[in-house]
Amino acid sequence: MSLWKIAWRSIQQRAVASALTAFAMGLGVALVVAVLVIYGVIDKSFRRGSQGYDLIVGAKGSSLQLVLNTVFHIGESPQPIPYSFYEKLNRGDFGTAVDTVVPVCMGHDYKGAPVIATIPDMFDRLRYLNDQRYEFVEGGRNFRMKAPFEAVVGSMAAQKTGLKVGDTFEPTHGGAAAQEPDDGKGHHHKVKVVGILKHTGTPNDQAIFMNIEGFYQFGCHTGGPTRAEQLLNAKPAQPKPEPPPKPKRQGILPGLAPEPAEEHGHEEHAHADHAAEHEHAEHVHGVPMDQRRVSAILVCTNQDERSRLGMALPDIINNGPVAQAVFPAKEIHQLFERIIGNIQLVLLILASVVVVVAGVGILVSIYNSMSDRRHEIAIMRALGANRMIVGTVILLEAILLSLGGGLFGVLLGHGLVGILGPTIAAHTGVMVSAWQFQTNELMLIPSLIILASIVGYLPAASAYRTDVAKSLTAGQ
Amino acid sequence: MLQIRDLKKSFTEPDGGDLPILDIEAFDLAAGEQMALVGRSGCGKSTLLHVISGISRPDSGKVKIGEWDITLFTEPECDRFRAEQIGYVFQTFNLLPGFSALENVLLGMRFAGGRIDRARAKDLLDRVGLSHRMTHKPTQLSVGEQQRVSVARGLANRPKLLLADEPTANVDSGHQQQVVDLLRGVCREENVGLIVVTHTPEVANQFERIDNLEEINRAVVVA
Repeated sequence: MSLWKIAWRSIQQRAVASALTAFAMGLGVALVVAVLVIYGVIDKSFRRGSQGYDLIVGAKGSSLQLVLNTVFHIGESPQPIPYSFYEKLNRGDFGTAVDTVVPVCMGHDYKGAPVIATIPDMFDRLRYLNDQRYEFVEGGRNFRMKAPFEAVVGSMAAQKTGLKVGDTFEPTHGGAAAQEPDDGKGHHHKVKVVGILKHTGTPNDQAIFMNIEGFYQFGCHTGGPTRAEQLLNAKPAQPKPEPPPKPKRQGILPGLAPEPAEEHGHEEHAHADHAAEHEHAEHVHGVPMDQRRVSAILVCTNQDERSRLGMALPDIINNGPVAQAVFPAKEIHQLFERIIGNIQLVLLILASVVVVVAGVGILVSIYNSMSDRRHEIAIMRALGANRMIVGTVILLEAILLSLGGGLFGVLLGHGLVGILGPTIAAHTGVMVSAWQFQTNELMLIPSLIILASIVGYLPAASAYRTDVAKSLTAGQ
Repeated sequence: MLQIRDLKKSFTEPDGGDLPILDIEAFDLAAGEQMALVGRSGCGKSTLLHVISGISRPDSGKVKIGEWDITLFTEPECDRFRAEQIGYVFQTFNLLPGFSALENVLLGMRFAGGRIDRARAKDLLDRVGLSHRMTHKPTQLSVGEQQRVSVARGLANRPKLLLADEPTANVDSGHQQQVVDLLRGVCREENVGLIVVTHTPEVANQFERIDNLEEINRAVVVA
């Protein structure tokens, strides 16, 4: 008969008190598990969300806001930047520095799912998480550049909105697009769903992506000069160049300064180029290039050029007056380190305090039972058990209670995560499953054993010191 | 087999003074010998059993069991020796309530550190008439059955000496003889020395040797 069994029998003998003690431990562990799992999944989701491109180029301002809005579709849409910025990055002097450039326009939604206007390259050329290609559910495909009113829907957005291939919908302006003309109203263009994205575990799962050309035909992200353009245009020394001037502005290389509207009036020429590049056929009837805006530009730098021009690109953009280039991975890392990581730490500390309190509960429970058990201990000693054995039995009892409560807590924690999963997914787009185990959960086992050893020490020492003769006599 | 020489044992009183409990010049028991130890309450009978079993340490003197003087043992050695060589049967049986009859017998083997001999444990329970009650917990057994389990447990490790501290005190008169017969019979079969402490003349009179501790204990402890 092992000492574990002797300890287990002792627990069984005080079943109710033991169960309550283990339950308290389980609650604490469940909290720890829930925090670890949810934050682990959020951390992974945040970090994987930005994969597939190196840079985000957007209006100057909060870099975090730009990343949150562009990558995670959270918060206010940043001020737009001229479309020409995209063109310059895409095929201007920096053509060799970049591999893929994808413009995105935000500020619309449909039934709570953000509608993002972009180009097919978003799914044809960009990758997500460990270089995986975007795939579509059977029967679906990517939208085509020549079909302005086509869209594809993220897996969770499809669930949320009920959209399926062949359905049509009318995007409406979200709160972020307050500056645009028909706030809160649907556009009188039906956008047709041509594909549903397979689940990626990225924030793109909860968004709808439509052709940017159709978006411009809504009259969105268009208008007069942006603030940046006004700034540039207000500069006196900005003569109409022929050929286009080589701007001498600090840090701005040729081609990266947005061209004033009047300089950019060759709409048909521009459209023709763009059409040639994107096999574009219909948008020639859309918005003139100089009136187009984009919320952000996703840039995948050319790996071969990274050490030279690609590396210099962020500084060049940031030194200019119009836009900023941010590294999404860096921003997200900082977000986690500074804010979310600290919240997690605080929650973990609180949950750990609950576990420690539960551990103290085990101590109190076993210690209080010692007066009743002293006679049993004396019997064991009389039967030949030495002090070390009876002390060990008490210690094992604390460990069993702790581990039993811990196991219950792990199951409870994951059950809790499973129950909360759909709510978390609905609010954040982060899929959390009850079966997502974090490797740091394994740390719970040694932690609980150490905690049990600490809290079990006092009653074990009390058992160790039991006066056998006195206790045997007292029990007669 | 058991030799006690110049044994002294005292307790410390609340005022700090010594209260002599035992002062025995000589006490012997041959291998396989059976005896009753009688005496009034407080004359040191239970204390003597505790000293013989190594549960309590004497202040001085020798307690030799077989070839070993247990007063020279360290406490862990004493515990081990007790587990292997001495059986104990208590007045209140002292079965561990969380364990079945069989497990209570096995526990004694566990603490002796040797092989757990389930066959012997079952055999002992069979010999005390409890083959049908092995999986029952103490609370599911009658008083007589509990004492029989206690006897089986005391003999589990094939001890040289079995100490029974008023084994019939909590047993009704109908079962007293049964317990005595069982103790004597099994000890005879196993050639185990037996000391039975008792207040009951009917029990004591069944033994060829009856020692009155008051006569051999020079400590003045009787009220």
